[in-house]
Amino acid sequence: MAINTDKNSYTVIFAAVMVVIVGSILAFLASALRPNIAENERFEKQQNILYAMGVNENGDDTGSVNFIPTDKVESEFTSYIKEQLVIEGDKTTSDKEAYLIDLKKQLAAKKKGEAYKLPLFIGEKDNKKFYIIPMYGKGLWDAIWGFVALDDTMTVQGVYFDHKGETPGLGANIKMRYFMDDFAGETILDGTRYAGISVAKGNNDPLNKTKDDNEVDALAGATITGNGVSAMIKESVNLYKDYLETIRVK
Amino acid sequence: MGLLSKKDTSLILDPLADNNPITIQVLGICSALAITAELKASVVMAISVMFVLGAGNVVISLMRNIIPSKIRIIVQLIVVATLVIIVDQVLKAFAYELSKTLAVFVGLIITNCIIMGRFEAFALANGPWRSFLDGIGNSLGYGVILIIVGFFRELLGSGTLFGIPVLGDPIAKTGLYATGYENNGFMIIPPAALIVVGIIIWVQRSRNPALVEEN
Repeated sequence: MAINTDKNSYTVIFAAVMVVIVGSILAFLASALRPNIAENERFEKQQNILYAMGVNENGDDTGSVNFIPTDKVESEFTSYIKEQLVIEGDKTTSDKEAYLIDLKKQLAAKKKGEAYKLPLFIGEKDNKKFYIIPMYGKGLWDAIWGFVALDDTMTVQGVYFDHKGETPGLGANIKMRYFMDDFAGETILDGTRYAGISVAKGNNDPLNKTKDDNEVDALAGATITGNGVSAMIKESVNLYKDYLETIRVK
Repeated sequence: MGLLSKKDTSLILDPLADNNPITIQVLGICSALAITAELKASVVMAISVMFVLGAGNVVISLMRNIIPSKIRIIVQLIVVATLVIIVDQVLKAFAYELSKTLAVFVGLIITNCIIMGRFEAFALANGPWRSFLDGIGNSLGYGVILIIVGFFRELLGSGTLFGIPVLGDPIAKTGLYATGYENNGFMIIPPAALIVVGIIIWVQRSRNPALVEEN
């Protein structure tokens, strides 16, 4: 072999060249695919928001999650979502692109004590108003997020959860119908306190018949993801508490 | 003999049984425990690893004469990570639904010891074609175990296969559940995978005493 691959200078040059090559490939790919990925993510957000308020293609299918297809979601979103609000301190403004606000960044800003914006969506279906709140929290391995749709009595009309890297078959099941469907009909209020909804083990209610106990049945083997969901709901509804108080029917 | 010589065939077939990466070499256990609670995840993981290991082995094999031995592990890691990220990004742009399903596997594939193990043990010393076959063979061996474990864990733990109920409805007490049968919640949690893998190893070693080490 002509090259002496053991020399230090060769090792350094090799490492430098490899980093440059790999870096350029990845950077090129990332910028070339950026528009497509952004578009997909935008559609996904619209699908998720609509899903939470019950605008989906589930029909008689009780087993799987069926979103509005991507080619229709844009127009459905504009027809169902009547108003998008941005809550900044005690100021509430209307913003057509509020759904593109990255909640993760806003919560990070809040943690640092900076000004932050909270998006909220008002949907209307069959003459009924839905207040849809985005949520963001921590699961076992990585981020979890979702949307919860409330009516003016603070009763959950529907939820959608998603996650970045929960364990398949365990924590990942938070996005399954049998888990999400249990939340519908539950109230987030305990008296007048915004208690959220806990994912509870051993609440002796696996079929979720009691709707006013602020609890749904937990997923077996997914304790930490479940606790993450509970914490996420509680924190999110408390962030929006001031606004929700203004629309709540007392 | 055709496309594959006898030696090449054994590259593919050996890892399926007597040189299985999970049950004999005990590599890749972490992902085998983590994602085998359901059959679908097992299959997806098996296919993903096959792709990455096949392609990665070829890339490493082509580079084998120019990789400085001092930093070879880092180079291997970069190759796996780059391959996985390229696939992830392309899927995100053109097959978004599929990429969502695979997102959880990205980290597990990059850190899968089978991949590093085969780069180190085989691709660094062999030509691209043989390395490719070795990659496919080992990922098949890995996939077979994953699917067996996933099959038993999903069947006994949830009473379903690929998410479809096969034993009846546990809540309405139909099918097998009418006789008093219950799903075993233990099968869903990771220790159950260890036990299932242990049973496979036991069966395999008792059938082939040559695999049992002398003490």
